[in-house]
Amino acid sequence: MSIMSVRDVVKEFGGLTAVNHVSLEVPEHAIVSVIGPNGAGKTTLFNMLTGLYKPTSGKIVFDGTDVSHARPDLITGMGVSRTFQNIRLFSAMTATENVMIGRHARMKAGLVGAILRPPGVRHEERDVEERARELLRYVGLRNDALDKLASELSYGDQRRVEIARALASDPKLLLLDEPTAGMNPQESAALTDFMRKLRDDLNLTILLIEHDMKVVMGVSEQITVLDHGEKIAEGDPAAVRSDQAVIEAYLGKQDNDGNGGVA
Amino acid sequence: MSELRAQLHEWQQKISRYNRSIAGAAMVFAIIMPLLVGQAADFLNATIVALAYVVMALGLNVVVGFAGLLDLGYVAFYAFGAYCVGWFGSGFFFKAHVNILSSAPSGAIGIHINFVMVAICAVVITSIAGVLIGLPTLRLRSDYIAIVTLAFGEIIGTVAVNGTSIGIGGGQTLTAGNLGISALDLPHFPLIGSFSLLNLRPWYWLVLLIVFFVLFVNLRLRDSRLGRAWVALREDEVAAVSMGIPLVKTKLLAYAIGAAFGGISGVFLGFYDTTVNASQFQFSFSIFVLAMIIVGGLGSIWGALMGALLLSYINYYLIPDVFNTLPQMFGLNFDLTQLSFGIFGFLLVIVMILRPQGLFPERRRRMELTGEIAAEDAQLVEVGGQSAPGGSA
Repeated sequence: MSIMSVRDVVKEFGGLTAVNHVSLEVPEHAIVSVIGPNGAGKTTLFNMLTGLYKPTSGKIVFDGTDVSHARPDLITGMGVSRTFQNIRLFSAMTATENVMIGRHARMKAGLVGAILRPPGVRHEERDVEERARELLRYVGLRNDALDKLASELSYGDQRRVEIARALASDPKLLLLDEPTAGMNPQESAALTDFMRKLRDDLNLTILLIEHDMKVVMGVSEQITVLDHGEKIAEGDPAAVRSDQAVIEAYLGKQDNDGNGGVA
Repeated sequence: MSELRAQLHEWQQKISRYNRSIAGAAMVFAIIMPLLVGQAADFLNATIVALAYVVMALGLNVVVGFAGLLDLGYVAFYAFGAYCVGWFGSGFFFKAHVNILSSAPSGAIGIHINFVMVAICAVVITSIAGVLIGLPTLRLRSDYIAIVTLAFGEIIGTVAVNGTSIGIGGGQTLTAGNLGISALDLPHFPLIGSFSLLNLRPWYWLVLLIVFFVLFVNLRLRDSRLGRAWVALREDEVAAVSMGIPLVKTKLLAYAIGAAFGGISGVFLGFYDTTVNASQFQFSFSIFVLAMIIVGGLGSIWGALMGALLLSYINYYLIPDVFNTLPQMFGLNFDLTQLSFGIFGFLLVIVMILRPQGLFPERRRRMELTGEIAAEDAQLVEVGGQSAPGGSA
């Protein structure tokens, strides 16, 4: 049974077709990767799944509900959460506050509650802060980093805070946009293990955009390959690795003298 | 919340016990201050106006400081608040005969309702107006929001001037334009009676009460789920909505709350000025309040408070009452009030050069208006300060 299903989705920006009739099924509890060269439309697809863009045509169904034209905050409320390719933390807030923002959709306090601060609201605040700290420790932040400003954290820690922030909303589906970008091989390997742990600990489904083939091949159960906005291949890692269209997309068409394009 | 806690924690460690006693002493002093000066002293008058501006600044700080929505039409809410007094606290609507707990004699023509009820009307009207100005700016950012809100402020000002031509039935008009609505009621409270312009002390305590109330609401909001959502939207709109923050509702709440504070202050100033005149609602008012929160430190509640006091005292006390004859002492033939805009401009430039983050900056909060340079400077300082003891993170 698939938790997210993308059906024949098209996204056009003016004359440019960024995503062209792409369909994709994300099975529940799976780790699925979307790969493809730069400009293939991967992040555009993510932006549609999270409601930042509306598809020009086609349908996106999450957990049995059509979310093609739903507002991003409502989609988050339904259980989709994401990280960003270029880290988008709230730099003037602490790590803990960033994660508390991630919990926003699950909190209840409104305007009156904020002003009068009855016991319920006070408890909620305390619980959410406690939970945020727990999540930050869970993703591997050291205690002394919890109250640092996001902009003061190291790159790796910022990535961790982003994941914790995404987890704070208790998602069913977690979208990770190039989580290993800028990481060294050891860090990438650690993150690969962590993704599996995440999935099992929190009973998540993970959809991943990734360039690091070692990570992709190591962690994915299913891979979808996009190129120029179109889906060119789909399958398990072994099948995708040997797919002719994929090799051409990444390495260019092989000439007679064996001189390929650029990797 | 946790920022406040961290901040409080740090203060407690640094200035520890003194802090609370300083705050307590300041409050006590604020309450007994009018007893130390004459009933109608210039200084008391200036302080009352300054406190009304504090309320304005705290309201604008919610919109500009917290939520990062550069609102240049704040004067509109002053106008709405003041007109609520004109409409519901005078004989202006001469066809009506309403009198609820007001200072007007019973049977007087017009609508005369109690100060608190006028304030509630103003809160309702200004919140709606705030939402109306918010709606067209939802898809806009910084400078463009400024342009739209600026136009809104100007429209309201123009409507106020031309309200004499807007009939609302029975020969009554919407406003009295530049002639002004005068013979306003005075604030009237059961047991206390009506205020008088010969004794300014009750006015002072009334506006002080409003300041305490608005300050309390502001502090609570800042450290709440809503306050965090505003800062998140200000910092990164895309990330904020992706984290489940409803963009429209959160932004409109900022506009509405900021506007409501402006409306309350407008009501007070309307009563205090004893006239509501369309020429009061100038663009320069919006800039004046904006300057207060920038000088104080954008996004900082205490900064807004201090900025409003500082600029108000300079404008309403130091220049006209204390140093006005200074040029004449040097044999120059003009009053200092003629230079007040120049003095203001000079002071603003000095503050922006020496302390672009404001006098009492919200610690760690980045400046939207002073630009990236200040933010980068602040970061450099932070990084530099951190690398010394901490080592690698």
